[in-house]
Amino acid sequence: MTILAVAVLVYDVIWPEERRVQLGYLAGFGLMSIAGVVWLIGVPPAGGLQEQLLLGGMVRHDDMAQIFRVMVILAGALSCLLAMGVLKLRARGDFYAVLIVAVIGASLMSAAADLIMIFLALETTSITLYLLAGYLRDDDRSTEAGLKYFLFGAFTSAFTLYGLSLVYGLTGQTNIYELGRTLATNGLPDPPVVIALGLVAVGFGFKISAVPFHFWTPDVYEGAPTPITALLSSASKAAAVGLLLRFLLAVFPPPELLGALEGVKDYSAFWVQLAAVLSVVSMSLGNVLALVQSNIKRLLAYSTIAHAGYILIGVAAISTDRSGDGAAAVAFYMFMYVLTNILAFGVVILFANATGSEQISDLAGLSRRNPWLALAMTIALLSLAGIPPAAGFIGKFLLFRAAVNANLVWLALVGIVNVIIGLYYYLVVVKVMYMERSADEDKPIPVGTPYSWALGISVAGVLLFGTILVTPLLDWATDAAHALYVLL
Amino acid sequence: MVMTFSGVLTGILLIPLISAIIILLLPKEKKEEARIIAAMATGMVLLLALGVFFGYSVDDANAANDNGQAYFAYEDHVQWIESIGVSWHLGVDGISAPMVLLTALAGFTGVLISWGIEDRTREFMAFFLLLVGGVLGVFMAVDLFVLFFFYELAIFPMYFLIVIWGWVKTREYAAMKLTLYILVGSVVALVGMLALYFKAGQATGVYSFDFVDLQAAAKAGVFDEPFSPAWSAATTARLWFPAIFIGFGVLAGVWPFHNWSPDGHVAAPTAVSMIHAGVLMKLGAFAALRVGVQLLPEGAKAHLPWIIFLTLINVVYGALIAMRQRDFKYVIGFSSVSHMGLVSMGFATMNVTGMTGAGLQMFSHGVMTALFFACVGMVYDRAHTRDIPSLGGFVQKLPWVAVAFIIGGFVSMGMPGLSGFVAEFPIFVGLWDGPNFTPDAGWLTGSFTYYGLIAVVAALGIIVTAAYVLRVVGQVFFGDFNRERFPDVSPITIYDKIALVVLVFWLVALGVYPRLMAPMVESGVKPIVSMLGG
Repeated sequence: MTILAVAVLVYDVIWPEERRVQLGYLAGFGLMSIAGVVWLIGVPPAGGLQEQLLLGGMVRHDDMAQIFRVMVILAGALSCLLAMGVLKLRARGDFYAVLIVAVIGASLMSAAADLIMIFLALETTSITLYLLAGYLRDDDRSTEAGLKYFLFGAFTSAFTLYGLSLVYGLTGQTNIYELGRTLATNGLPDPPVVIALGLVAVGFGFKISAVPFHFWTPDVYEGAPTPITALLSSASKAAAVGLLLRFLLAVFPPPELLGALEGVKDYSAFWVQLAAVLSVVSMSLGNVLALVQSNIKRLLAYSTIAHAGYILIGVAAISTDRSGDGAAAVAFYMFMYVLTNILAFGVVILFANATGSEQISDLAGLSRRNPWLALAMTIALLSLAGIPPAAGFIGKFLLFRAAVNANLVWLALVGIVNVIIGLYYYLVVVKVMYMERSADEDKPIPVGTPYSWALGISVAGVLLFGTILVTPLLDWATDAAHALYVLL
Repeated sequence: MVMTFSGVLTGILLIPLISAIIILLLPKEKKEEARIIAAMATGMVLLLALGVFFGYSVDDANAANDNGQAYFAYEDHVQWIESIGVSWHLGVDGISAPMVLLTALAGFTGVLISWGIEDRTREFMAFFLLLVGGVLGVFMAVDLFVLFFFYELAIFPMYFLIVIWGWVKTREYAAMKLTLYILVGSVVALVGMLALYFKAGQATGVYSFDFVDLQAAAKAGVFDEPFSPAWSAATTARLWFPAIFIGFGVLAGVWPFHNWSPDGHVAAPTAVSMIHAGVLMKLGAFAALRVGVQLLPEGAKAHLPWIIFLTLINVVYGALIAMRQRDFKYVIGFSSVSHMGLVSMGFATMNVTGMTGAGLQMFSHGVMTALFFACVGMVYDRAHTRDIPSLGGFVQKLPWVAVAFIIGGFVSMGMPGLSGFVAEFPIFVGLWDGPNFTPDAGWLTGSFTYYGLIAVVAALGIIVTAAYVLRVVGQVFFGDFNRERFPDVSPITIYDKIALVVLVFWLVALGVYPRLMAPMVESGVKPIVSMLGG
């Protein structure tokens, strides 16, 4: 990917003005082929932990890393394709190059197995995303978004760094697996460990937009150029979720996973409760606030916050249920979520280009201007709401099932109530598209080729993974989940 | 796991779904082609459904029942999501085969009735086919996940159809209310289903959503283990039965969760009302029976004796409210609530007669109400009003509609010679007989003699039904025709006539020859009753 980034920069210089538009194809399809190569060739070595640690113990190459990596690279690829429709972005080589670097950071995040690598990957992703969010220098909202994201992100990453350094200080280890083992057996008093967990949770919560670390999300999502919003909501979130799963299970494992050790302390109860609480507040706040939004990007931002809540249900379920249901559900959900969000934001871009507006009420009549776009948006919204045949149904079903299996029935019930609330505002958007009339109805909205690719792939993914291809994806996610539990 | 694949049911399911996609691919202007494809698709489904219906062997079913095995004809059973115990398992039994036929009928006639829709014909036909496909999937599902999948799948086309093509005044409100109500009901039922899935999985070690597996677990008494020895009454069955029955019952219009139904009926375009009242509400009763009663017989025995009061309220209250309506469509809407109460009541009798009647009533009422809404639609399209006092004398202008409506009215009153009698009479006999197992000590009165009282009160509901039906017939179709108000009333089209004939045919056929369907329903009901300990 580094080579690809450099190549994009080089071609940016070499190619003449007109041809630079093709840079997006170079970046996009380049990333997609990399994703394909990773998927096909990068099968992790069998065996336990030691065989899978690479780069001197910095990175662990297992199925979990694999699935999140493919997810993230795919998201990056599709975002590149989406960026080709935005006039100020499309011919900028530096934009694509920085985007590719962000993807590099994100794919490292989900594989990181060492504190230093974790922080490195986090920062790589974050800094590049700050840049990209504020990329449109002439647009006030974009600069504001970039600055806000930067301030928030820098602040929370300071918290994370402090938490990570606390953990290092308590154990003297940086490899998270050894760290976990040491932490559990050292007989440390609770408060420092819990504080460290809390501080690290701040950073992770920020990245996945969980309440109460979500305040940046609506403004940044609204202000950033929409392809970057798509990237934020898909790749950045997915990578953070992957990292979260790995970190929690490695550093604060439930005792049974550590093998026959003496005097093991179980810290897992702390983060299970923390995840459950954050989940409830995120879902509820996200859904309730989404009800009153009039800007589609803000609505999708609050929906993202709510979905962070749903995902945290799965995270809360991973400790007590050793069969891997929770983690598999989360991995499956993230994969379909990535595709769904790209789809939704893709339609928003096309629509904003044609009408210059991001207001929901201006979506009126979309079904007459371009029925395919309206249908694509509907499928994305159905997936977010959790209605078949979109993959979101299977994803939510798996999450709730995992929660019930882990004796967190109350959490599943809260989740279900939130699904109902969520359905309302998704249906409102659908209603506006299909039912309401607008004066511009006769002007069709053109769909450029890169968009046909991006949206086509996303729609196919969302529909297929919800019906026929459920099993392959679920099996992959389950393998990834099982890899998570191998700590020895 | 034995994997069979006869392909018939999957075919029935795929035809509407694939046709929907094909129609969406047509260019906007090709309205006639869209209609023709939809008609062909539903026509094929109807033919296949007739094949399934007549090919169902009652003898095989009874033989399997005597052996204690679950019987499903035309099974399709292949792997789907093995890791969570979901398989693609379709099949029809004695209760669902008539339902499949009903859906096919309502779908086909609905397309014919909607021939006149000009605004975005393509989308209408596509969503309508999706709706029909979804509903068919629920009736044919033997795996509970598949059942739930298609149950949810049927929700969003419903929303679209009402919100875009419905009655302008209330369509947004009605569509949103309907969707949210049904969704809430279905997730409540989902939680119950998941509870059953986990309980059975933990007890038997096999996690499966397949109905056959879950029923085997139920028979082995898995759901009857008390949660704690101190409180032996609290078993999975007793705890979750109300959730499942009432969760699905929302869709069946069980009081007090029937509120979405009249508004939904009225706001929807004609063909959608036909599916809505004719088929969708049966979905709820069917799912409540399948997932609730068949898997949790102990729960049924504990709760149906009080749920039957809710159904009684349905019957009487629905009829009384229907009396008060000025809007033609609201009368039919509340009449649906009332007649669906009879269905739920029949299931609550927990004996063979009553439940057979309920199964027959699902079919009979389904066809009848589809007929009613078709007639109402035809009058409304021409008169542009549904206000009963303003209408009158339409028999002169729309004789076919009048005759069809009168026949439907007789069916709703339970007149012998038509299917309404064949369906309602066994329900009352069943009510009078009462369930034939001894009730648990301490429950209500300790005996089921009050069932007889319920039968009497429900019969009074029939009288009210007769009153409002005859009132509507008299005021709308007979009397003076207001020539100034309705200057040009065009006769109905050939498509409308075909639809009316098809629907009336089944009402008459079942009425004069009950053996057409009664043994089939009985064969589906018998294993349920034997599980209930009858």
